[in-house]
Amino acid sequence: MTPMVTEKPATPLVSVEIMGKPHRVPQGITVLQAMWYSGHELVRGVGCLGGTCGACGIVYRTTDTFELKNGLGCQTLVEEGMSFSMVPHFAAARAHYKITELADPKEALFELYPEAARCVNCNACNRVCPQGIDVRSSVWCAVFGNFDQVAELTMSCNNCGLCVVRCPADMAPNLIALYARRAYGVHEMPPPERLNHRIQEISGGMWEAEWQKIQSMDDTALTRYCLDYSKPAAK
Amino acid sequence: MSINESKTVVETSRERRLKQTPAALADDVKKTLLSNHHPDYRQDAYQTLRVGPNAGDRTVKELAALLEAKSHLAGGSLPLTPQEKVDVLIIGGGGAGAAAALEAQAAGANVLLATKLRLGDSNTVMAEGGIQAAVNPDDSPLRHFADTLKGGHFKNDKKLLRILVEEGPSAVHWLMRLGVLFDRDETGNLKMRSGGGTSVPRVLTCRDYTGLELMRVLKDAVINEKIRVMEFAPAVELLSGTDGGCAGAVLKDLDNDRFIVVQAKVVIISTGGSGRLHIQRFPTSNHFGATGDGLALAYRLGAKLLYIDTFQYHPTGSVFPEPMAGLLVTEALRSAGAQLVNAKGERFVNEMETRDVVAAAVIQECQEGRGVPTPGGRMGVWLDIPVVEQLHGEGTIEKRFPNMLRLFSRYGIDIKKEPVLIYPTLHYQNGGIKIDEQGRSTIDRLLVAGEASGGLHGRNRLMGNSLLDIIVFGRRAGQAAASLAKTTGWAAPTLNHLQAFEAAQAKANMHPDVTSPLLFPDYVRRTQGATTA
Repeated sequence: MTPMVTEKPATPLVSVEIMGKPHRVPQGITVLQAMWYSGHELVRGVGCLGGTCGACGIVYRTTDTFELKNGLGCQTLVEEGMSFSMVPHFAAARAHYKITELADPKEALFELYPEAARCVNCNACNRVCPQGIDVRSSVWCAVFGNFDQVAELTMSCNNCGLCVVRCPADMAPNLIALYARRAYGVHEMPPPERLNHRIQEISGGMWEAEWQKIQSMDDTALTRYCLDYSKPAAK
Repeated sequence: MSINESKTVVETSRERRLKQTPAALADDVKKTLLSNHHPDYRQDAYQTLRVGPNAGDRTVKELAALLEAKSHLAGGSLPLTPQEKVDVLIIGGGGAGAAAALEAQAAGANVLLATKLRLGDSNTVMAEGGIQAAVNPDDSPLRHFADTLKGGHFKNDKKLLRILVEEGPSAVHWLMRLGVLFDRDETGNLKMRSGGGTSVPRVLTCRDYTGLELMRVLKDAVINEKIRVMEFAPAVELLSGTDGGCAGAVLKDLDNDRFIVVQAKVVIISTGGSGRLHIQRFPTSNHFGATGDGLALAYRLGAKLLYIDTFQYHPTGSVFPEPMAGLLVTEALRSAGAQLVNAKGERFVNEMETRDVVAAAVIQECQEGRGVPTPGGRMGVWLDIPVVEQLHGEGTIEKRFPNMLRLFSRYGIDIKKEPVLIYPTLHYQNGGIKIDEQGRSTIDRLLVAGEASGGLHGRNRLMGNSLLDIIVFGRRAGQAAASLAKTTGWAAPTLNHLQAFEAAQAKANMHPDVTSPLLFPDYVRRTQGATTA
């Protein structure tokens, strides 16, 4: 992920399979680093390299279980016997909407994402989510119109789309959650009083005289002004 | 001393440290600390530019090489017949580009947004700390102005800065109207946090996912407004009209290596920063595509750059375990009370000094033997995060820093109970392309927004001012571009500027072998030796 500051001490190599082909790569590095080590150029399937952007979904198996696992390539370490492939993009049914123009966002969900009601409670989404989100509950909360709970449950969603890959009801739980969160923010959250008040103060020119003063100051005067001003305010 | 032994020193010294508050440093002490230990002051890391609008100015060697490099089109004869004609071409799909696209299209312009990776793959998505806006009664735009100017060492462009602080609250309002969910307090008002250099709490958050929340909402808005987006299509050269102004850009389709000539009435550069240049071999907190592309593009077209000799090294980048090296450990943890501790179990700087000062202090500890070595060959000091739980009660970290908690837990580190090792990480490009209040560069019809621009933050940026920057100036650039496009005709695209630049290089006897924009860092192992089993 980043260049070494000193020569790394010799690391033992492990055997892995990258998209079906065997390679030997150093232990303790991530899946993406193993791709680079084995000579793969990455353009798709790489993004923030910090577990936040959701670009690097992978599917993999390890030797200890029959389970087919999913994760993020920048966050998953290689291990002996591991076999992995990238899942950089998976087609998802995406609805189009103008979020501010929805008359009844909870009802509109069933027109935009009718498949949301098809959840069979298989729990595959929860098992696959690299962020540990209770995806299944978030879908049901969306269906029942509890958008506040959707927001609470899915705040860490990075839209990697791995839930879309696994859902047998063919829905995109991440996009349903995104819709519900935005609708909640626009249609249900009360506007914060202080923010509106401050916007009015500024548009009313409340500090205009002070700005005029500042603009006429030379550098020395302005420095003194700032140092005085930015002392911590009295409690 | 092993990492585990050193960790014990942190734990045994915690009670004693809880009662201490390291004094704020006097200005002359800060100056000495910075000049002795901040990477911006390492003379041998710099060189003087020989050609272009900033000839004679100094910048770091890594950036200089790209500014004075050759073009992807060098030696070729690309036909400049446009394949696309748009009013406004936006280059870069992070927060600034998305905000510009939404405003430009809303103002009636025909917009194309081209981006190197996917829409939203950017530093915006990684911003953990929050966004500043002077909203509370104990705060004002003036105070925000004063704090920021002080943090920027009084080098900020004051006209731009006034706009930033005055439009801060309305920018936040705009985001909320798109559906961004900021944290609220019990009265329904916006919850405020402190940041380094803020004299009152002024940082709004969406837990520690602020950038992610902004970006996914902006991206969804761009898609739903049906704005045309071209992904995996970075710009490799700008186009000039015969008047020297901008006339579009040449994109490169990464799927087939074909060039796409886009004629545009106005171009907005929103390509972000340059952490992936690993300046001075620093690790970085930046995303994979942060290679300073916009600076190289604009420079060859003749746009003046500003403060390209100063970069922000965020004081707390992770250094252990090795796969996490460079990753940001949010400043909000220090705001909440997390302490910086050296190998001797001592605090050595007030954690709420500005980022440059804290970074210099951490480097000093490591250089003077009070750092902790990692198995990967790095050095660091401790960030004692469990203090946060002691100060604010159990459960605080899980509630406020779920992202940090998860990222470290993947390596078996529980930040509720354990400190983590940190060292400064290359985080932000303080300078960039010089702009005015409408985001206009010194080249006609070339606008810039966000981290690619320079001047607003002076020589050091405060936490939370970058997310605000991309919204305020992204929107402004989008509006300005749309209105400019209405009064502008089509300029026939040429590469005259490139020929002039190459002539200047030849005259200076320069024959660069580097090509810019860089597009991607090269991490592929190229040494001989099969990896196949």
